[in-house]
Parts: sequence; C-alpha cells; structure tokens
Amino acid sequence: MEALLAIAIGVLVAASVYLMLARNVLRFIFGLVLISNAANLTIFVAGRLTTGAPPLIAEGAEAPAGLVANALPQALVLTAIVIGFGLFAFALVLMFRAYTTLGTLYSDEMRVAEPRPEDER
Amino acid sequence: MSTSADPTGVPRGNGLSGLLCTGLSALLFVWFLTLAPQIADGASLRYVIEWVPSLGISLSFLLDGLSLTFALLISGIGALVFLYSNTYLAGHPQFDRFMLFLFSFMLSMLGLVLADNLIALFVFWELTTITSYLLIGFGHETAKGRRSALQALFVTGAGALALLAGFILLGMTMGTFELSEILARGDELKAHAYYIPILLLILAGTFTKSAQFPFHFWLPNAMAAPTPVSAFLHSATMVKAGVYLMARLHPGMSGTDMWMWTLTIFGAVTAVAASIFALRQTDLKQALAYTTLMALGTLMLFLGQQSSYAITAFATFLIVHSLYKAALFLVVGCIDHATGTREADVLGGLGRVMPFTAIAAALAALSMAGFPPFLGFIGKELKYAGALGVASEPLFVVGAVLLANALMFAVAGVVAFRPFWRKAGGALPKTPHEAPWPMLAGPVILAVLGTVFGIYPDLLERSLVAPTVASLLGEIEDAKELKLWAGVNMPLLLSIVTVVSGAIIYAVHRQARTMLERMDAATPSFDAGWDRFLDGFKALAAWQTGVIQSGVLRKYMFVTFVTVLVGMGGTMMARGLGLTVPDFSDATGQSVALVLMILGGALLATLTSSRIAAMAALGVVGIAVAMVFIVFSAPDVAITQLLVETLVVVLVAVALLRLPTLDSGGRHWRPWDALLALGVGTVVTLTLLAVLATPLDRRLTDYFEITSWPEAFGRNIVNVILVDFRALDTFGEIAVVVIAALSAYALLRTTTTKGQGK
Repeated sequence: MEALLAIAIGVLVAASVYLMLARNVLRFIFGLVLISNAANLTIFVAGRLTTGAPPLIAEGAEAPAGLVANALPQALVLTAIVIGFGLFAFALVLMFRAYTTLGTLYSDEMRVAEPRPEDER
Repeated sequence: MSTSADPTGVPRGNGLSGLLCTGLSALLFVWFLTLAPQIADGASLRYVIEWVPSLGISLSFLLDGLSLTFALLISGIGALVFLYSNTYLAGHPQFDRFMLFLFSFMLSMLGLVLADNLIALFVFWELTTITSYLLIGFGHETAKGRRSALQALFVTGAGALALLAGFILLGMTMGTFELSEILARGDELKAHAYYIPILLLILAGTFTKSAQFPFHFWLPNAMAAPTPVSAFLHSATMVKAGVYLMARLHPGMSGTDMWMWTLTIFGAVTAVAASIFALRQTDLKQALAYTTLMALGTLMLFLGQQSSYAITAFATFLIVHSLYKAALFLVVGCIDHATGTREADVLGGLGRVMPFTAIAAALAALSMAGFPPFLGFIGKELKYAGALGVASEPLFVVGAVLLANALMFAVAGVVAFRPFWRKAGGALPKTPHEAPWPMLAGPVILAVLGTVFGIYPDLLERSLVAPTVASLLGEIEDAKELKLWAGVNMPLLLSIVTVVSGAIIYAVHRQARTMLERMDAATPSFDAGWDRFLDGFKALAAWQTGVIQSGVLRKYMFVTFVTVLVGMGGTMMARGLGLTVPDFSDATGQSVALVLMILGGALLATLTSSRIAAMAALGVVGIAVAMVFIVFSAPDVAITQLLVETLVVVLVAVALLRLPTLDSGGRHWRPWDALLALGVGTVVTLTLLAVLATPLDRRLTDYFEITSWPEAFGRNIVNVILVDFRALDTFGEIAVVVIAALSAYALLRTTTTKGQGK
C-alpha cells in the first residue's frame, strides 16, 4: 500500500513542479497547495501505514493495547498542514495584492523592484 | 596633482603627531643601530610569540644582516620623512590622519622585514598594501588619486593572493611555516615537485609588489600620493618588499634555472624599459618614479644570480638607491613646495635661490649617476663586476645594466642639474625660496651619507653589506670588498663608457623625448589596458548578475528544482540506492480508488485552463488526502486536513472573483518544465521507496506511547505530543500562522492608490 501511495506522491510532486514553473502566479499557487499535500503525505507514509488502529489509549489502560498507528508522523503532519495553510494564505493575498497593484498575474512582468534596462527607458 | 597644503603660509603647528612620529622612528632607528655590532659579528636574533600554535603560526621575528639593513633604511628614512612631512604638509586639515597612515605603514613594513613566519610575513605584507592604499589615496578628492590608489591596491592585492597561496603551499610542503627552518632545508625544497608552483605563486606576489614588468604601471600612477609618501613608500621601502622577499628566499630557493632565468629576464626588461620611459617624462616626480622601476629591475636581476659579486652588488645598490632616491624625491618635494611646479621644462635657475637644496640634489644625483667618490660609483662598479660574473649570459646582463646606467645618468642630469643650473624654461608659478630646515634635513643627511660611505666604504661594508651578503649566501667572507679604486679593470672601462654615453643621451634628451613620445603613442599602453581590463571585468560582473539574478521567478524556480533533482538523485546514485521492486500486493480496492482520485485531481489541476475546474481539482486532491488519513488511522489529521482544504477552496474562490481568467495569456505546452517535473517526481517516489525499504525506527513513537498517559495524562497520543511533549513547536506554529495572518491583513489593508497599474 505504501508503494502505491509513493507513486501517487511522485505524481503529485511532478504536477506541482510543473505548475510552479508556470508564468501565471495563480498556477504557481495551485502548485503550492499540491506540493504541501505531497509533503504531508510523504511524512505520513514514511512513518508506515496502519489501518483501523488510531493512536489512542483505552480508558483505564496505561499504554495502547497492541499495535497502533505511528503517532509521531501524525503530529508532525498536523503541524505541517497548519503551517502550509498559513503559507498558502499569505501567498494568495500577496498574489492578489500584486495583481491589484501591478495589473498582471505574470511573474515575468512584475519588475517594479528590478526594472529591465528596456523598461527604464 | 600634489595634495600638499597651501605652501604659501609659514609652517603652522600640527600638534604633536608629527614630532611624536619623528621621535619614535628616530628611537627605533637608534635601537636598531645598537643591535648592528652584534649582527656584524655574525649573530642573528630571534624572538617568538605564540600566535595560533595549533596551526603552526607564530609571531616570530628574526634580525639578521638582511633584515637589519632594511630595518635601518625604513626607520632612518622614516624619521627624516616624518620630519619633512611635518613642514611639507603643515596646516593640512587631515595632517593627523596622514601621520597615522604613514606611521602604521612604517610599523607594518618593519614587521614585514623582521617576520620569520610565513603567515606573519603575509599579514604584514597585506598591512603595507592597505596602508599604502590609504596613503596613495590621501588626495581622495581627485578622481586621479582614487583611481591610482585603487589600481595599486588591486594589482598588489591580486599578487598578494597568489603569494598567500604560495606561502600555504610552501608551508604544507615543508611542514612548517617558520622561514628559517624552511630555508635551512633548501635542497629538499628545490627537489620537491611543488617547487615550481610555489616559486611561480611567490613571484606573482613579489613582481606585483615590486612593480616588475608587466605589472609596472601602477607605480608611476602611485605618484599621486604626497611627495613624502612617494619618497618613503615608492622608492625606499614598500616597493622593495618584493625585492626583500626574493632576497629572503634566496638561500632556500635560488640556484635553479627557473629562478635564475625568471629573475634575470624580468629584471633586465624592467630595468631597460623603465630607464627609457624615465627619459620621456617631463614631470620630475614621474621621471624619478621610472628610475625607481629601473632600480627594482636591477635588484631583481642580481637576485637571480648566485655569485658573491652579484649579491654584494645587490646589497650595496640596495642601500645606494635608497639613499639617493629618497633624497631626490624629497628634493623634488622641496622644488614643488617652493615653486609650485615639477615640470622639467619650466624649472631653471634655482641654484642661487635654493643653494642647500641644490647641493643635496647634486650630491644625490652624482651618486645616482655613479661618479666617484660617491657610493653610487662603488655600487655601479660592483654591478658591472656582478654582471660580468653572471655565468650563463654575461653579455645580455652587462648590456642591460650598461644601458640602464647610461640612461640613469641622463635622468640624474634632468632631475638634479637642469632645474638648478640652467635657465628657466618659463615663468614659475611662485617666487622660489629656500626650503625650511626640517625639509632640508632629509635630503642633505641622505645625500651626505651617500658621499661619506663613498669615501669610507669600509664603514658600510662591515656593518651592513657583509652581514646582508652573509644572510643570502651563508658565509660572511663571501662579501666582496667595497673599494673606490680597484685599478684599471673591466668595470672601470664600462663605467667610462657609461658616463660618455650618458652624457650624450643627456645632450640629446629633449629630441629623444619627442621621439619616445611618438613611440609611446604607437605602442599599447599598459595603463589604458588596465582600464579596459576593469571595464571588461565590470561588464562581466554585470552580465553574470543578469544571468544569475535575472529577477524572473520562473528561472529561480527552475534552478531550485534542478538543484533538488541533482542533489537528491545524485546522492541516491552515489550511495548506490537503486531500485527496489515495489510491493503492490496489499493494495485494496478502497486505496486504489483514493490513489486514482489523487492522480486525477493532480492531472486535472495541471492541465485544465478553467479556473473552476482547477479549484475543484485541488478540492478533490485535498479530500482524497484527508481520506487517506482517515483510512490509515489518523482521525485528527484528517479533521484538520478537511478544515484546511475547505478554507483553501473558499479563499481561492473569493480571490478568483477579482482575478482574471486563467488563460488570458494563453496556455502552452512547456516540454522542458514537464521533463524537470517528471524527474523531480520520480526522484521523490524513488527516495520514498528507498526509505520504506529500510526498517522503521520506532524508538520515539514507543516512548510517546508509554509515557503519554503516566506522565502527561492524555489518552490521545497525537494530541499529547502536540500540546505537551512538543508544545514549543506548536507555539511556533501558532506564531507562524499569526504572522501570516497579520501580513495578509496588512497587504489587504493598504490602499492601492499608489499602484502603478499599466
């Protein structure tokens, strides 16, 4: 099962890299969303997959009975999801603001800080 | 050009700095003088302070004949130059700064000639480079001053880098950075495979520092410095640092063909070319600058040899040159100070108004021209004797020395005879007056010393020349005697030829000058070449900045992903982590469906040109990932994922309301990007498969599972990790989200009126 997901993650990464190389920053942001999903899945899968046994301790017990899912990657992924969302939200607002100010969604044309020689004339 | 202060006023007080520096240098001079008898007896003094013992670097100092000669020249001429500057730059607003620079320079120079550790020597070497930069650029308000300073810094600094590399290589090869130890094992060094690279690197340093052809061009430009600086740095001391180092290394590194030919050829070419250029100059200071080049070339030439005559000639000419050249520079400073010009064609008739200056100039110039009974004569005789003793190519060396000496004779006439005893060629900018005594002291003392040593050469021979020769050749008996009259021999005949041809050249020098000017205009100039080099360098920098820092997001991303690809893929290949056959046997229908959802969503998001479709595709991927979390026992993660995915879709939808449609710029297929994307995706998959093939380390997980309830009283282990075991991480996470929210708020709040929409 892990192997199947590893291939899915590869496809996700490939899709997001292709999107992030686009001129249009909206596509870039789509790529950003996909690549954070891919990263989260990678951490999750690398910690191995367990079905039907969430990392919980039964009432009255000191430790989980039997094998439960790996709790550590879950905790890491939880943090990563939230931070990824923060990054995404900021990037989206930045893009939105860039569009309202510069009137373009194309990163090549956003040259206010580093004008090309031909732009200066 | 001259940056001297207003020369009209009576010397005003400069505070104490001038006199303090003069006094300190005089004290140093006297102290070195008291050590001279010990050194003359063949002793050498060594003093070591540990610096970085772990790297074998120490502040070790060695005083032997060679370093003593240099130390005396530096501190002695230094004292006179300080005294001179106190008057020459009287009332200059930045006088204290000047004194600080000059004194720091003197100390660095002393450190350089006394250091016995390669690294310490290099540090002092660079200190002289930096202080000399500050001194040449003392007149920093002129573009010429800044350019000259920068040129000197770049040329000598670039050479110094090579020198450092050479020193490190030398230290590694010999296993020690102590010079005296290295030189004692010279045969071992010369036989080593790294001998030639070491020598070439060191030569790059010394040739640039001592302005040997083809690095000579910075020295005449350095005359932009105030005249006392030129007298001190660019004749007597700093430019001799390269010569000093070659002399210091002579016992350990000389004697090979490589050493002999390089030094002989570059020295000879520098000497002859510089003497011809010297004749061309009309500015007295420039003419002197070129004769300094000539002297440096001659010194290098003699250092290339092994014979005791050549080395004695080196030691003697080193002292002769320092004495008369510093004196003449100071004389030119006096002339400049008194008349306001340094143009040879304008100056004249100063002999009567400035008698003492004229006498000092005459004595120094006679020494320079090589007349008896001056020290310069002895130096010249020894040079011829040394040149005749050159084993391989005596004719070439004698010819070069003869030509250089004859030309120097003519230049001596131009600098020290014409301005005083010939009629003035034009109106002087100022009415000349005799220089005040502090400015006369330097030239007079130095010129008189040149005369006294000429009449009593014994004094000099025993105290300085013989010990210097002993430092180079090992035996004090190797030094040849310094004699005014050695009988009618070959050197004497050559001297007569020199004087005759020199007189002829002087007689026709003005005609020769016009011819030389034409020749100079026809040949490429190194100075202009330097400018072209700098321009080209800057253009290259601009070009590569344009390439690397293109300001295009796509290119940055491309390079980033290529780095990821090469870094991860390359590491895997280098570590031999090949393909493991993935095991799909445990795939259930449910999970296959989830994977298909992810794949479909990703492909749709990539390929669609509809914003709504892309948004939906992102949603599908997000939900599928959330379901993966649910299926594989991560309910908390799944809840968060669902929440975040919902927010993502909502936010994108809100933003899209105000954004243009996706395809306004046209969508096109990007094969290279696709290739890169596939590569990165493949590498990630392979890496993950390789990780999965290794056994899982569950130690941390086990710890959390066991301690979650007894220590943190929580039954949801993931929750306990987040809020208890790794609470600080979670706090950081919250901080990130808050900052992102604040920044987003700030971006949205600021009005768009300042926008530059096109």
